[in-house]
Amino acid sequence: MEYTFKILRYDPLNDEHPRFQEYPYSTEEAKSILEALMDIRNEQDCTLSFRYSCREAICGSCAMVINGSFDLACRTMVESLKSILITIEPLPNLEIQKDLVVDMEPFWDALQKIEPFINPREEMLEKGSRIEEKEMEKIEQFISCIMCGSCYSACPVVTRDNRYLGPSALAKLYRLVKDPRDMRPFSRWSRVNTEGGAWGCDTIFKCNEVCPKDVRPADGIEALRRKLIAGKIKRLFRLKK
Amino acid sequence: MIGQDILVVGGGLAGLAAALQCDPKLKTAVVSKVHPLRSHSVAAQGGINAALGNNPKGRDDTWERHAFDTIKGSDYLADQDVALLMCQKAVPTIYELENLGVPFSRFPGGVIAQRPFGGAGFPRTCYAADRTGLVILHALFDQSIKKQVTYFNEWLVVKLVVRDGRCLGVIGYEAATGQIFPIKARAVIFATGGYGRVYSRTTNAYINHGSGIGIAYRAGIPLKDMEFVQFHPTSLYDKNILITEGARGEGGFLINKMGKRFMADYAPSAMELAPRDIVARAIQTEIDKGNGFENEYVHLDLRHLGEEKIKKRLPAIREICINFAGIDPVENPIPIQPAQHYSMGGIDVNERCASIVEGFFAAGECSCVSVHGSNRLGGNSLLETVVFGKIAGEESSQYVKGNEDYPNTEKILLDEALKVKQEIDGWSKKDTGIKVHILLNRIKDIMSEKVGIFRNQKDLEEALGKIGELREDYNRVYISGNCLRFSQELINIVEFASMLDLAEVITLSALNREETRGSHFRLDFQERNDKDWLKHTLAYLKDGKPELHYKEVDISRYKPEARKY
Repeated sequence: MEYTFKILRYDPLNDEHPRFQEYPYSTEEAKSILEALMDIRNEQDCTLSFRYSCREAICGSCAMVINGSFDLACRTMVESLKSILITIEPLPNLEIQKDLVVDMEPFWDALQKIEPFINPREEMLEKGSRIEEKEMEKIEQFISCIMCGSCYSACPVVTRDNRYLGPSALAKLYRLVKDPRDMRPFSRWSRVNTEGGAWGCDTIFKCNEVCPKDVRPADGIEALRRKLIAGKIKRLFRLKK
Repeated sequence: MIGQDILVVGGGLAGLAAALQCDPKLKTAVVSKVHPLRSHSVAAQGGINAALGNNPKGRDDTWERHAFDTIKGSDYLADQDVALLMCQKAVPTIYELENLGVPFSRFPGGVIAQRPFGGAGFPRTCYAADRTGLVILHALFDQSIKKQVTYFNEWLVVKLVVRDGRCLGVIGYEAATGQIFPIKARAVIFATGGYGRVYSRTTNAYINHGSGIGIAYRAGIPLKDMEFVQFHPTSLYDKNILITEGARGEGGFLINKMGKRFMADYAPSAMELAPRDIVARAIQTEIDKGNGFENEYVHLDLRHLGEEKIKKRLPAIREICINFAGIDPVENPIPIQPAQHYSMGGIDVNERCASIVEGFFAAGECSCVSVHGSNRLGGNSLLETVVFGKIAGEESSQYVKGNEDYPNTEKILLDEALKVKQEIDGWSKKDTGIKVHILLNRIKDIMSEKVGIFRNQKDLEEALGKIGELREDYNRVYISGNCLRFSQELINIVEFASMLDLAEVITLSALNREETRGSHFRLDFQERNDKDWLKHTLAYLKDGKPELHYKEVDISRYKPEARKY
């Protein structure tokens, strides 16, 4: 099959504006978008930059926008797009560093802000905690997150408000506070009780739609909201008593 | 100049475990060629071994039995003292990870679940469904945020600087700027992973070029037991994505085109759960005999496990099969074939992760302690990364505290950086020559065809000849793109020098070892020969060529015996 790849190119140090560049691509094999990009780079233009690592949809490097849809380049097969014109763009909501490589720092900063680590008991348990499988099931979907940044990039709230932590970080926070091993006090995590935190979400669920790992970050955000309200009521009640 | 007390190179499990263990009073940083969460550790699936005794069938398990299985699995080439050390530390290591929030799967009663794995006398592999690497890597990365570890991400270390047997630092390429910078460090820990991409069929990530091992070799540090290359029995046909041993641990069958569970002919008692070297050879033999499908693969059949178990215990495998092969293992068998998976050999280090160069340490797959000998058991690599990563962190901290700076370090580093810069300029100035991806494809084909599961003198000699030709052609390599920022072409050219060295050392070590042991199967020497070959290979770089030496194996605990499963 003969395809045309229309790839967004931009080197902020040399180019005034991003532009699309077209590359012909021909293959008879079942290739992924990532493999096609590598072929195009190797054979046509070695200055084309993009990230990749595992090629099996687990490392989260190669999220991009392919014919208008967010996905991992490694798991998207060229022929599955049913189009001979394939447009590739970098993740939006993040600055382009070069071509399809975007600056993920705001995404990592948001993760850092929620303190994404277990706050353990004072004493480490010599034999670990006993946790029933059904407790683990409550956080299971969030554990599948590979931090690819698709949800952050697709989120309309992130687009208009750079204070917003975004779906991935908030879902991770929920996964942590729901973990029976996490001892962080309410006062600590309820700092997300803001427009930049759990209340920023517009509930249009773009994050759920674009996640390549079938995580539903918005479930976590909604659950955080419920937990915040419950926590506030509990505290109010305690004060009155 | 950037200066650190300890510089950890590599942001996978071994690197993060090391960085977290370094003395917090010291200035420690991690430099990684990708963001740490993109490291290949993330792709580990099936689990991590420790004799917790949580499985009802594993109540009598002990860390000594774990060590014995590891040593037997290694075909007695593991150093027994370090294998014992690793297995003893396994149990507290798992509980430590559990305390850090690793979401292990559970048995009723809430204890950590354990599944059977190949070559293990008891079910002792702890897991988080089939994404164990992902959850441990994320947990350690989260801890590194808590401990405010400094990162230099998307920096490729291109050179290790050593003077008078002391490590002074490294030279790095920063992808975002395209610049070359020296980093001064009083101690350097390499946790740079394996070299899977030296082979065409590999389960490894694209980034696994193994350049860390090659860089250490060129800095004068010997490489140990490089002929021992693990081929994983079950990689997805054609794409070679790993299909975890856990699939067989949960009860999956290997079936040839006659519908037979052929492992009965090769390992009648362990069947599908024999060690990886044996199962990989069995599958390849079946395919070579014409008992495979399309002469390329056999089937891994999970259907009898039932939909619920597959979805619960092997969800990522199911996802991989659906995404990359268009089949659902609930309804169809998985087409699988062996593929390069792991390097037992690596940078020669002792039980303290220390090398012959003062201040230079290594841990994880890039290193060879040696706990895996000639064949690694599934579930022992994650364990090794965490146990020895921590040891490297502790030992390097001790070392740094007891040492003064080497005179003129900064000047030496700047000179070395300049040399690297000049070499890159040389590649950039050329207008024509050979493009590096052509060389990459050629080396992979040579290694897969000639230095694979079954080896013989003729193939190995031919491979050495072809690697020599590639070395000539590498002199004509050039940078075709005019931008060095985020230049994968530049990265590939730099790393290819290491790939050539690794290919040469693997092949020469394999040619010299005239016996069959673990993963190293010589068609022309099919028996293990303890009298002449119960020894480690050490490859030194001398005047541009590898020179092989040998050293003793520690067999102080268990006497080598025939390996039956």
